[in-house]
Amino acid sequence: MSNLSVDNLLGIKYLNKSDLNLIFKTSDNFKEIINRKIKKVPSLRDVTIANLFFENSTRTKLSFELAQKRLSADVVNFSSSGSSISKGETLIDTVNNILSMKVDMIVMRHPNPGASVFLSKNVDSCIINAGDGTHEHPTQALLDAYSLIEKIGDLKNRNILIVGDIMHSRVALSNIFTYQKLGANVTVCGPKSLIPKSIESLNVSVETDFRKALKNSDAVNMLRIQNERMSNSYFPSVREYVQQYGLTMSLLNSINKEVIVMHPGPINRGVEITSEVADSNQAIILDQVENGVAVRMAIMYLLAAKLK
Amino acid sequence: MKPKKILNANEISTILNRLSFQLIEDHNLFNETVLIAIQPRGGLLAKRISNLINKHEKNNNLKLGFLDITFFRDDFRRSEKVLKASVTEIDFIIENKTVVLVDDVLFTGRSIRAALNAIQSFGRPKEIQLLTLIDRRFSRELPIQPDYCGTQVDSRLNEKVIVNWDENDGEDSVYLYKNKK
Repeated sequence: MSNLSVDNLLGIKYLNKSDLNLIFKTSDNFKEIINRKIKKVPSLRDVTIANLFFENSTRTKLSFELAQKRLSADVVNFSSSGSSISKGETLIDTVNNILSMKVDMIVMRHPNPGASVFLSKNVDSCIINAGDGTHEHPTQALLDAYSLIEKIGDLKNRNILIVGDIMHSRVALSNIFTYQKLGANVTVCGPKSLIPKSIESLNVSVETDFRKALKNSDAVNMLRIQNERMSNSYFPSVREYVQQYGLTMSLLNSINKEVIVMHPGPINRGVEITSEVADSNQAIILDQVENGVAVRMAIMYLLAAKLK
Repeated sequence: MKPKKILNANEISTILNRLSFQLIEDHNLFNETVLIAIQPRGGLLAKRISNLINKHEKNNNLKLGFLDITFFRDDFRRSEKVLKASVTEIDFIIENKTVVLVDDVLFTGRSIRAALNAIQSFGRPKEIQLLTLIDRRFSRELPIQPDYCGTQVDSRLNEKVIVNWDENDGEDSVYLYKNKK
């Protein structure tokens, strides 16, 4: 078995196809383990991991922490509120201080795009990007792809649709890279104002008609409107957005095809997706969450093998 | 240097028959005993033995499981290559049962130690025994000995014992390699 080609997980764009397949294959093993009665293995018993969350998170943080605990790693948690960040300490100083306490691996979420790449160039540690601003969210994309493969098999030549706030979403970018590396065709859909102008340079198709886009898709990933990253308004009203880009049961039923529905969470029920759809059999939202722990275990296991 | 053949197909067949009769003698109909093969190399050995038991004792209730010990090994991050995991398949209860662990070669004992830890995740067996085809004696790093043993081999630390199975390698044989990494 080969190793990962990288020492850090900064973004999907740094991975190759065999890295993705290695991660998925390892995730299968861990998925079996977390479904046992005793869900714990001692693999990372001598590894200490710091979770640095400079931005809010529920799922990702819990998922990482559970994954670490199930691998028997030692975990320290850090969130920016109540820390010395407010006293003026820089990111590099904060992380170097943490590393001085003999931490082997850093999991970081940060509001600034590129924060984890910046950090990896300036400190000597293994960095896992748990979301950096509007840039990438590699573990989310990996668990999305893993869940989708589990449901519909090989993604080669499949059509995958990403709907919503493409501009502010780090999930969208990581999704695009992952699916393309696995040979799938990616289409993005949303109001023109929320689709970056240069997105076609990534070989992504753009469609503004949601119904038409949905008809041609095997799976759809519904993204949340990232209000917290918007400085001005990008569409007239939420009501109008919902009418054009909200996923409803009647819309799903009106196309003669079973489209898999995914959502990275948190869901704004009634906005990008109705409760009915979110709780339907076509949605694999909770499978994504379950697989998230297994995929993150696989990533940390594989990266730990590369620690010096 | 040419590898030395320790066992040929006939000798292996005799040993497997003997081991299966020993198991039948000690465990009767296997109502309270299960076989658990250590992946990946114990799997084929355990399948052979369970087939022989089925042949010799028709009314048995033998159950066979497969245990992957990759994530329980103590040489993770100390060995150069990434350890490759196999499938764990234990679809029965081992609580209060006698578990017979099956592996092809017993060397330092570290795989067995990992298996002893891994098996805890599935419950508390009444007793755990060990069956190996080859016992490389005098090379143990842990106080672990087999209860059922095919044959004993004296070997140096830098030598390697490889068990071939017809299903995978085209013949049943055991070879001793000198200076093999």
